Amino acid sequence: MIETLSYEYPASDAVDRRAHVGVVASGNCEILLEPAQNGNASVVVRTSVTGFGATWNAVLARFFVRNPVAVQIEINDFGATPAVVALRLEQALEAAR
Amino acid sequence: MLQELIEPGDRLCLEGNNQKQADFLSRSLAAVDPQRVHDLHLLISVIARPEHIALFERGIATHVDFSYSGPQSLRLAQQVADGRVQIGAIHTYLELFARYFVDLTPDIALIAADEADAHGNLYTGPNTEETPTIAEATAFRDGIVIAQVNRIVDTCTRVDIPGDWIDLVVVADKPYYIEPLFTRDPEQINDVQVLMAMLVLRGIYERHRVQSLNHGIGFDTAAIELILPTYGERLGLRGEVCTHWILNPHPTLIPAIESGWVRSVHCYGGELGMERYVAARPDVFFTGRDGSMRSNRAFAQTAGHYATDLFIGSTLQIDPDANSSTATLGRIAGFGGAPNLGSDPRGRRHPSVPWLEMTSGDEEVRRGRKIVVQLVETFQGSGVPTFVERLDAVELGRSANLPIAPVMIYGDDVTHVVTEEGVAYLYRAQNIDERRAALAAIAGVTPVGLRAEEQRTQALRASGVVAFPEDLGVRRSDANRTLLAARSIRELVEWSGGLYDPPRRFRSW
Repeated sequence: MIETLSYEYPASDAVDRRAHVGVVASGNCEILLEPAQNGNASVVVRTSVTGFGATWNAVLARFFVRNPVAVQIEINDFGATPAVVALRLEQALEAAR
Repeated sequence: MLQELIEPGDRLCLEGNNQKQADFLSRSLAAVDPQRVHDLHLLISVIARPEHIALFERGIATHVDFSYSGPQSLRLAQQVADGRVQIGAIHTYLELFARYFVDLTPDIALIAADEADAHGNLYTGPNTEETPTIAEATAFRDGIVIAQVNRIVDTCTRVDIPGDWIDLVVVADKPYYIEPLFTRDPEQINDVQVLMAMLVLRGIYERHRVQSLNHGIGFDTAAIELILPTYGERLGLRGEVCTHWILNPHPTLIPAIESGWVRSVHCYGGELGMERYVAARPDVFFTGRDGSMRSNRAFAQTAGHYATDLFIGSTLQIDPDANSSTATLGRIAGFGGAPNLGSDPRGRRHPSVPWLEMTSGDEEVRRGRKIVVQLVETFQGSGVPTFVERLDAVELGRSANLPIAPVMIYGDDVTHVVTEEGVAYLYRAQNIDERRAALAAIAGVTPVGLRAEEQRTQALRASGVVAFPEDLGVRRSDANRTLLAARSIRELVEWSGGLYDPPRRFRSW
């Protein structure tokens, strides 16, 4: 079963380009990031592990507090730990700047 | 024969640890008539094999003192709950060996060796481990020492234990069992572990100029070993850090050895498949005139405790005060050597740069301190946080009637904690409140980490009590498996020039 989760966060900074990091493999996740036009950050998570909405929100909220970037992010998750997700988010941002 | 020699109630030391096992003798012991041999007090480093538990089930042994029981921890807990066995105490290796010379001297010891000659001289080979310690404690207090050997020879390859310590030799039905516990397949190391390895190398080894050290057993530390010849080389650290090791012959250290990083390695035990490689590197390992390695668990543990500047290892749980434990409810596992390696030796007197750096102030009388690092991901898996409000060990201690909770490494010994979020320099914290805040700052989105306040975390970064990757010049986009000098067992074999001969279960070709 796949769970789909959506989140929005306030954002102010722009990024230059799209980025694609990670792969959909066991314990890993894929992140597609692109600049958003509406000055907000929005994230859609598709995950094979259900029931961790609060943890996703905590990881994402912390990321956008530190990096208030206006982006659209799509995450395809296959059981990544919060550590892997946080690393992929930072890597996507480094690639997009 | 065992039935003739063993008296009920004897203290019996059975050789067996997390690597080598006197398994022929343990199987034989489990098969004795419990009417004749019963109520033994078992002394054993690691309760690892099913027949060890059978000793309790059959009433052959009713008391046990040990160090670790990982593979049988669940069944041991059941035996304790059923009242079939009483635990004296859970020790560290060094502590248990020490008691063999004080109040737990064996009446009889069952040990394992590779070869025996007609005089009973023993060759114990690369996996000498704890055999001489057990034999010495027993033989010199009029105990009986029985050795199982793989073969009888005219002349031993070398004499590791002299024949006049040995009373009986028996040829085993098959060579003694060895667990290849320290073999880590680089295939399974992920990018997060590479990131943490980079943080350790920059934030701790480079910063404190750590030359002598011990690594734990996990993939996290294997990642460090594997980025020395790549990332470490780029940082110009070869010869500056990681030169002297107390470590089993980890296959993942081969690339660093072959790249000229390592000056010496002393080992607790051998590692299956590493025999030929080690024999070819007598400039690095402790080897005999015959060429093969000599290990010694007691000396390596002593060296790891007193003579290394740093210990780094992983754990399953860390509480807000940085106490750590691998204990899980329903299991009684123990800790092996970690508490000795991962604690400050208060008897140490020789100075070194890292040891002195761990203290501050300018009092006339002060001591240095060992660097003790816990290296963990913030979560063990989906929804299983590493940072917890209270260790499971507390409840386990209560339910198993242990007088103290089985804590592996006490928080006040821990100087650094590293996660994928960054490094907490706990030794720099001014007070307990700052210490907790530093730990929370790198605890991610665990319940402990969520308590971190962003402003406080920024202040801790500014004062150098916490460092994030960017504070250490570590780029997350570099945290990639391509940094590993070997990415598979096969590549480790190539690095070894074909001398490393991995056990079949690690071969994918």
